[in-house]
Amino acid sequence: MTTDIWTMIWKEWKELLVQRGNLRGGLSLLVVIVGVFGIVFPLQEGPGWVESRLALIYGAWLPLFLVSATVADSFAGERERKTLETLLASRLSDRAILFGKISAAIGYGWGLTLVSASVALIAVNVAHGRDQLLLYSPMIGLGIVVLSLLGAGLAAGSGILVSLRASTVRQAYQQLSLAIVLLTVLPVFGFRALPDDWRVQLARAIAMASTTQIVVVVAVVLLVLDAGLLAIAMARFQRARLMLD
Amino acid sequence: MGFDTRKQASEIRQTTGALLEHPGLYERLSAEDNLEFYARIWHLSSAERKARIMELLTHLGLWERRKERVETWSRGMKQKLAIARALLHRPRLIFLDEPTAGLDPIMSAALRDDLAALVRHEGVTVFLTTHNLAEAEKLCQLVGIIRQGRLLAIGHPDELRGKGGVSRVEIVGRGFGSGLLIMLQSRPEVATAECQDNRLVLELRGETDIAPLIGLLVSAGAEVEEIHKDKASLEEVFLTLVQEEE
Repeated sequence: MTTDIWTMIWKEWKELLVQRGNLRGGLSLLVVIVGVFGIVFPLQEGPGWVESRLALIYGAWLPLFLVSATVADSFAGERERKTLETLLASRLSDRAILFGKISAAIGYGWGLTLVSASVALIAVNVAHGRDQLLLYSPMIGLGIVVLSLLGAGLAAGSGILVSLRASTVRQAYQQLSLAIVLLTVLPVFGFRALPDDWRVQLARAIAMASTTQIVVVVAVVLLVLDAGLLAIAMARFQRARLMLD
Repeated sequence: MGFDTRKQASEIRQTTGALLEHPGLYERLSAEDNLEFYARIWHLSSAERKARIMELLTHLGLWERRKERVETWSRGMKQKLAIARALLHRPRLIFLDEPTAGLDPIMSAALRDDLAALVRHEGVTVFLTTHNLAEAEKLCQLVGIIRQGRLLAIGHPDELRGKGGVSRVEIVGRGFGSGLLIMLQSRPEVATAECQDNRLVLELRGETDIAPLIGLLVSAGAEVEEIHKDKASLEEVFLTLVQEEE
């Protein structure tokens, strides 16, 4: 099945790279993304980029943004462009198709985030390094790697679920955008809705928590969400039903 | 092939190929990448993939344009590419659903020729689903007529034409009087008989031997110069079968 998953990933990435007309257009888009998130934003922040938890927040948020912009196309795009029936009539197993699409989306978001974080490190050193090497702390570095992977998994899992049911790419993209907005806005409103003393205690706990504690808590939450979404996606992916749709 | 369609879907998919209602091609990818993707799905080795893609695209006259994005191609070229994709893994059976639908007559004829040549070359059985009965007549050795899920008839096109429809005979000559017409119309094998100037047009039921009828005409005093016999088309057979069904 691993070979089949790689085959799906190969096709998904190939389509992603040529979606703007040709390979050059696709690569240009990647360069722009890395330029904005790996050079512009880190340079605006300066040396604090590698020293504060800001890079960690970017590490968790960036894959959500990147993956949600592409994963909506996965099944809804195949359905809209009338390629899904033929794909389902092939010898690929349900798992290979599903995992291939999820892996392609995760690989894209995770890979670009890691490349951006690496480029950011180079950019910050070139601009502000002077006579010392600026590096992420081990926990922030590990946090970027782990949280970006799990963040990409969250976006890919929810995106696949939306895309499985949506009849058009536009519909899938709208639903997914709404879900991502709710996901990022709800915690803020939830925090504000808490009683004052709870809010103070929670804010104090976050301020006093170490980077390690924050990374572990966020990672556990994301892992649970990822596992849940993957299980739902596996249950919802029914070949016969997709064919009839 | 002996598979159970409800329990062995995976085995059926492994040994068959399909061109469904839509070509199902990734239009943003090149023709070569489309075939490469499906060749990888069928686990062909790298060398096999290259050779097979070249063989099929060359056979269908598409090799020179293999690097172009499929979205720039005509409908006919896309259909050919989709047929090549269905044949990639050398299946024993391929299903083609309306392969010439939406094509102009010239492209349809070209695709039919290519398809027939390719099938001979590959030695594969083709299950063709079509509403175009003329196409079925040209391409198929065995035709089944299905209406609302029921198989109404099955057989070689010639056999079906003889079985269900009427055949039309045009006789050119002289002496086709009204008495002769009445006599012909009374015969069970004659569906209709009409005289137009010096032409007698008969529609006969099933596979009727016309020699006795000609003998009858001559003995009744008619002079026969030419005889043209047309078999019923599959379309006429289909309509007859449907009428009988109703």
